[in-house]
Amino acid sequence: MPERQRHGASIGQPLTRRDGHAKITGAARYSADFRPEGLAHAVMAVSAVARGRVTHLDVAAAEAHPGVIAVMTPENAPKLAKSPDLKDNPFAFRLDLLQNDGVRYANQPIAVVVAETLEAATEGAALLAPRYESEAVSVALGAGEVFSPETIGAGSATDEGSGDIAAGMAAAETRIEATYDTAAQYHNALEPHSSVAEWDGDRLTLHTPTQALWIAKGRLAGLFGIPPENIHVVCHYLGGGFGSKGFVTAPQILGIMAAKLIGRPVKLVTRREQMFGPVGHRAATRQTLKLGATRDGTLTALDHHTLTLTSQHDDFVEPSGILSRHLYAAGAIATTHAVSRADIGTPIFMRAPGEASGSVAVESALDELALELDLDPLEIRLRNYAEVEPISHRPFSSKALRECYAQGAERFGWASRPRQPRQMRDADGLLVGWGLGTATYPAGMMQGEARATLRADGTGLIETAAQDMGQGAWTVLAQIGADGLGLPIDRIELRIGDSNLPNGGLAGGSTGTATSGTAVDNAAKGAIAALAELAVNDRASPLYGAGNAGVTAADGRLARRDDPARSESFGEILARAGRTSVEAKGQGQGDPAAQKTYAMHAHGAVYAEVKVDPDLGQIRVTRLVGAFAAGRIINPHLVRSQYYGGMIWGVSLALHEHAVLDPRSGRVMNGNLAEYHIPVNADVPSMEAILVEEHDPHVNPLGIKGVGEIGITGTAGAIANAVWHATGVRVRDIPITLDRLLG
Amino acid sequence: MSFSITLTVNGAARSIVLEDARVTLLDLLRERLDLTGAKKGCDRGQCGACTVLIDGVRVNACLALAVSHDGASITTIEGLAEGDALHPVQAAFLEYDGFQCGFCTPGQILSAVGLIQEGQTGGDPERVREGMSGNLCRCGAYAGITQAVLAAHTAITGPDVLPGRQLAEDAA
Repeated sequence: MPERQRHGASIGQPLTRRDGHAKITGAARYSADFRPEGLAHAVMAVSAVARGRVTHLDVAAAEAHPGVIAVMTPENAPKLAKSPDLKDNPFAFRLDLLQNDGVRYANQPIAVVVAETLEAATEGAALLAPRYESEAVSVALGAGEVFSPETIGAGSATDEGSGDIAAGMAAAETRIEATYDTAAQYHNALEPHSSVAEWDGDRLTLHTPTQALWIAKGRLAGLFGIPPENIHVVCHYLGGGFGSKGFVTAPQILGIMAAKLIGRPVKLVTRREQMFGPVGHRAATRQTLKLGATRDGTLTALDHHTLTLTSQHDDFVEPSGILSRHLYAAGAIATTHAVSRADIGTPIFMRAPGEASGSVAVESALDELALELDLDPLEIRLRNYAEVEPISHRPFSSKALRECYAQGAERFGWASRPRQPRQMRDADGLLVGWGLGTATYPAGMMQGEARATLRADGTGLIETAAQDMGQGAWTVLAQIGADGLGLPIDRIELRIGDSNLPNGGLAGGSTGTATSGTAVDNAAKGAIAALAELAVNDRASPLYGAGNAGVTAADGRLARRDDPARSESFGEILARAGRTSVEAKGQGQGDPAAQKTYAMHAHGAVYAEVKVDPDLGQIRVTRLVGAFAAGRIINPHLVRSQYYGGMIWGVSLALHEHAVLDPRSGRVMNGNLAEYHIPVNADVPSMEAILVEEHDPHVNPLGIKGVGEIGITGTAGAIANAVWHATGVRVRDIPITLDRLLG
Repeated sequence: MSFSITLTVNGAARSIVLEDARVTLLDLLRERLDLTGAKKGCDRGQCGACTVLIDGVRVNACLALAVSHDGASITTIEGLAEGDALHPVQAAFLEYDGFQCGFCTPGQILSAVGLIQEGQTGGDPERVREGMSGNLCRCGAYAGITQAVLAAHTAITGPDVLPGRQLAEDAA
């Protein structure tokens, strides 16, 4: 059994998941598991064409099917308070909600059939037999007019750089130029997007999977023209999101509209094949890297250009070049982005948006340069180690990347790697290759709020509308709350996953724990301060006169800092004050001054071993060692799982995931889980994640950086480089599949 | 036309009248018997989230028509623990963090129970990985899943009986 060492306090302990029992017994209820009284079932019909309009639906046939209650089409769909195409904030993405008969991508919802049973609704949807007026489509990268977008990602600058790239290139003694393609990817959380919606007049109760309860509440309030407080979103358990549930999507809202239409509760669950379109994806990219260096490997120029795709009707630009703004020192840096429009669903944030696709290109390019210079891949990375953030020249709030390189290399055995490719074989004659990639992800924060309550029975309550999609919020927020309140964790009640609680921010962008954790910590400290106030002003208390700063909280007691023997239990203090509880609210947000002064990123180094069949080209990852430094680790047991998950996404990016679009129809040709490959258990190698110690006094008071996304970065490039090292063949078309390796 | 079938679900006899022959075992459990532990991830046998045991054998419930299993004994995640005592596979999943979001977990656990009963893997991690590959986990909890299945296998069957196989993870 794994080690379960405890040190008395909760933060830093490798506790198992507090939500674990519910999840292993089937007691955890996910959105589609709810069945309110009088529930009807809704099934979407989606478009088989990618551009045009729906000219006919056989509504009569569907309505005639036994059990069908209603068919919702643009003819009768509830009108919305504002257009779902209105972009009144940067994160209001345009939604297809049956407000017209237009089609702008394949798998766009075109009707919803509601019936007494799921079977009847499914059959009814099949009977609609849509006819279309379709137009020629364009879905290939660069096929449409290429333009420079206003912003990329979450509002970042499209182009950014420093120094004179032309001069840097001219000063170089060695130059490489290479273009890398990355495939379109679909999030494919195992839990489909769904909603169970129940209206009571103009009040809505909604079970739906969302990474951001308050953002969802706000968006829905705007669309339905009701106050946000009329909307109660419940999502205690979220079956994976990875960015696709950051913002409420069209299928989820169509379920709410169907409930309004028929005046009964409705459940709508997106079918797997319908998730390839209306719920977002990571767009394909084509990245051109131009690197120049002196003979010793010092970069004189790093030019990273990204071409990607967005939809015809909305803007999201995969920000692949952003990591080149803060990763490697170079005499001159240029990062630029261009985009063309295609008849596809709008791309969206997907686990490590930009960093994932960008990292595989940059790490590959750096190894191509190392080959030209006859340098070890680790050596060239150390040669260009950024002591301050390139471009901004800000110091890092903390950066233990050197330790990551060293500890990972030691554990992996990197020192014995032969410089040349095709030098290693295993006992079965398979080619063996080793590769390295640097991992990096920004340490950001959103805004959140929490409430902490100390109760007379000696328990504490922590409340925030944060979300656990598997990263461990149910556990780590309780750990933070326990330490903040000075209570053992088994006396902490945590409430999350409910929009009636204080705004918990977003489980995304690797900001969740930093944001809601900081809010919880501040709330807990506020509650302790309120309790101390009662005690130090009470002549009957042993703490009388100690002053707020002179009191510490531990094990359910307040004690004088200068004389710990003088202490009193929380319950005694509350009882004498005639109170049943004290509570306080706390905020979680970044410190703008610190964020201006310091560059804040998590870092890591990933070492990969692959084996390649020399005749068949079959590639298997056999070993991954990742060493990551991400500030304070609240729970190493769960953080290791986050790193493993990210590293497996790196395997997936490098070798598996590839959505194939038919250039004639614009449809995804492999839109199901048998043909859209994600790793299965047998694809996953022996893995190790080293938690490198890092103390960061600037990111937030707890010193937390995020860990949810960094594992992908570094890993995909390490695998691409290992494949080259095994075979001597550099594949620049990602994912690296055996046809590309042999071709 | 209606169809009457009898199932033993988690040890209890259930007489069920279906008004519709199209009902899958998964939809019967989820929408009619309030057993929502089995999950629908793809509804076409590709993800394994709906895995249950039918007469002790692991099956994708989304591909099983309810009416074709008249008389069968069904075990779902809700029926695996004995009162408060977790099944060894459940306990191992918790201990080794064999899940994150938890959505695929009921299917993973029942698949592991079936796998161990099949008796084909011994303590060989490669064969466990292969045998668990019909159950997708998008969070990437596979390392913990493999460890959990190996630990549960030992707990249930005792030490490895396959000769010449390495018990530990391949520490290459």
